Amino acid sequence: MTVMEQRGAYRPTPPPAWQPRTDPAPLLPDAEPYRVLGTETAAKADPELLRTLYAQLVRGRRYNAQATALTKQGRLAVYPSSTGQEACEVAAALALEERDWLFPSYRDTLAAVARGVDPVEALTLLRGDWHTGYDPYEHRVAPLCTPLATQLPHAVGLAHAARLKGDDVVALAMVGDGGTSEGDFHEALNFAAVWQAPVVFLVQNNGFAISVPLAKQTAAPTLAHKAVGYGVPGRLVDGNDAAAVHEVLTDAVRRARAGGGPTLVEAVTYRVDAHTNADDATRYRTDDEVETWRAHDPIRLLERELTDRGLLDEAAIQAARDDAETMAADLRARMNADAELDPMDLFAHVYAEPTPQLREQQAQLRAELAAGQEGAHR
Amino acid sequence: MTTVAVKPATMAQALTRAMRDAMAADPAVHVLGEDVGTLGGVFRVTDGLAKEFGEDRCTDTPLAEAGILGTAVGMAMYGLRPVVEMQFDAFAYPAFEQLLSHVAKMRNRTRGAMPLPITIRVPYGGGIGGVEHHSDSSEAYYMATPGLHVVTPATVADAYGLLRAAIASDDPVVFLEPKRLYWSKDSWNPEQPQHVDPIGRAVVRRSGRSATLITYGPSVPVCLEAAEAARAEGWDLEVVDLRSLVPFDDETVCASVRRTGRAVVVHESTGFGGPGGEIASRVTERCFHHLEAPVLRVAGFDIPYPPPMLERHHLPGVDRILDAVARLQWEAES
Repeated sequence: MTVMEQRGAYRPTPPPAWQPRTDPAPLLPDAEPYRVLGTETAAKADPELLRTLYAQLVRGRRYNAQATALTKQGRLAVYPSSTGQEACEVAAALALEERDWLFPSYRDTLAAVARGVDPVEALTLLRGDWHTGYDPYEHRVAPLCTPLATQLPHAVGLAHAARLKGDDVVALAMVGDGGTSEGDFHEALNFAAVWQAPVVFLVQNNGFAISVPLAKQTAAPTLAHKAVGYGVPGRLVDGNDAAAVHEVLTDAVRRARAGGGPTLVEAVTYRVDAHTNADDATRYRTDDEVETWRAHDPIRLLERELTDRGLLDEAAIQAARDDAETMAADLRARMNADAELDPMDLFAHVYAEPTPQLREQQAQLRAELAAGQEGAHR
Repeated sequence: MTTVAVKPATMAQALTRAMRDAMAADPAVHVLGEDVGTLGGVFRVTDGLAKEFGEDRCTDTPLAEAGILGTAVGMAMYGLRPVVEMQFDAFAYPAFEQLLSHVAKMRNRTRGAMPLPITIRVPYGGGIGGVEHHSDSSEAYYMATPGLHVVTPATVADAYGLLRAAIASDDPVVFLEPKRLYWSKDSWNPEQPQHVDPIGRAVVRRSGRSATLITYGPSVPVCLEAAEAARAEGWDLEVVDLRSLVPFDDETVCASVRRTGRAVVVHESTGFGGPGGEIASRVTERCFHHLEAPVLRVAGFDIPYPPPMLERHHLPGVDRILDAVARLQWEAES
């Protein structure tokens, strides 16, 4: 037999164990971010839901403005504003049932507030009087997470544990575009997919990780496309369209609750303010760009839809604004009161029982405080 | 009725038994990690748990240490008591962000509202001929992180008792398992009722009056061997097994040093920035007037863990311990 004949007899076959894990097509996101407002779909949306979303958006915008003002007065150490992203924040909270859990990042105070956390308690971390101001179990809101994406595996573990216990609880985990570059984002998506954990990942793609634009963050077609690699459906939504974000998240939550596994949602939005009050956004973006996004403002989009359809009148708009103003005045008043801190709290919550070493240090601080009160030393 | 001789159990078997008993006693206890299920762990420490309790209770995870520990955080938030396995000491490093930023701090961040009862099992230390990344002694990193308990057994009985205590603890515990003692056996009898000490107490493994060897984990048998050899020199050495690095048992350690007046700290971990520096400082601060000599350290060299064919030169052995003991100015005592 000639060499050519031998070659002719050879039939390449895939390795024995090879088979496609899953069909990628149904997992792929749409080409364009999903929108409801200004489309025919809007007519099918529940008017009551839209009005609630509107009131929460107005309230959220005012909250962002008030918190930013408080940084200027020195009442807050720092505030990462979510102005322009309120639709994502509000929809995140409203898409969940009471028994579900929210895992916010440091920018998502507003989502926590919309879920019922006291506005002052939600700002405790940023005020600097304690790390988490609220009891996470009260409203099922995990502590605001400062390290990027590290809260995502927590959401997966909690959802997994709930399912093991037979509870139909869903976890919604929020992360920014920058956070999708972190290893924990990958590990969380992968664990969630393998375990089919009832988790929804919401990426708020607001354009920048502090100053670094998305193009320098990822080469993926969209962040929603990342889902396919995990065997998870990716959804792309207009993050400034509150009705669309709410619908997509609600679908994903329902799917997770029914045992359908995780979903990755990318909400395309924009951070109109700087990263925090300490950031100078003019160094990395133009006013023109910001103005384009202001024209696509989430409140304006929803207000337009509601007024055009006769679902919102001037009185209702004013009522929403008044409600927001009352919230802001209350927040201002309570934040202007000095926090009362107990220095002995430093040792109270390190371990269930303080170690002998901490007891010694506790005694030392107690003595220092006593001496300080007598005016002996500073 | 005939008495059946009890087959001595290894440390690895005692650890398995501890997890089995904890899982049987409390449905909230879940074991997770890479290879812990079907395989029973690369050291077989989780052998049989998946079969007995099901894969939901003893779970093979994707290969990702941050993911293993990060999901354990979420599970603990929901009321479970995860026991995670980091397959080897140096494999735990990808999980450090979760460990330092969340596991160690969650109780503190939430003012006590969200304690995390997680046990992190880390096979550690050298002496088994492992290639690089399989022999690190990483205890100093854990010790330097407030919010974590750090314990390490040296006997089979302690392996059982300390692991039960760790799993029962409402705080996160880094449970360091000395790999080279996995196959060690002693008088532990699995058939008898088990004694579970609370975490935080050191024990005197051998009484003596000439000097105290302060040690833990894999170095305990080495120190006991050194103490036996020292008898030939007329030295009567006391050996203190710390068992718990955090919290640290100043009381037992200092009581011993005050009796003997001399101390050597022995561990595999590097000397510079290692646990011995902290221990020697604590002893000096508390026992200065009882000391006849400076507190010495016998530690691993300040090098990355060496290749297996050279590790015997790196690890503290009997000779190096006896040399240190000799440097404690014995003529002063006579």
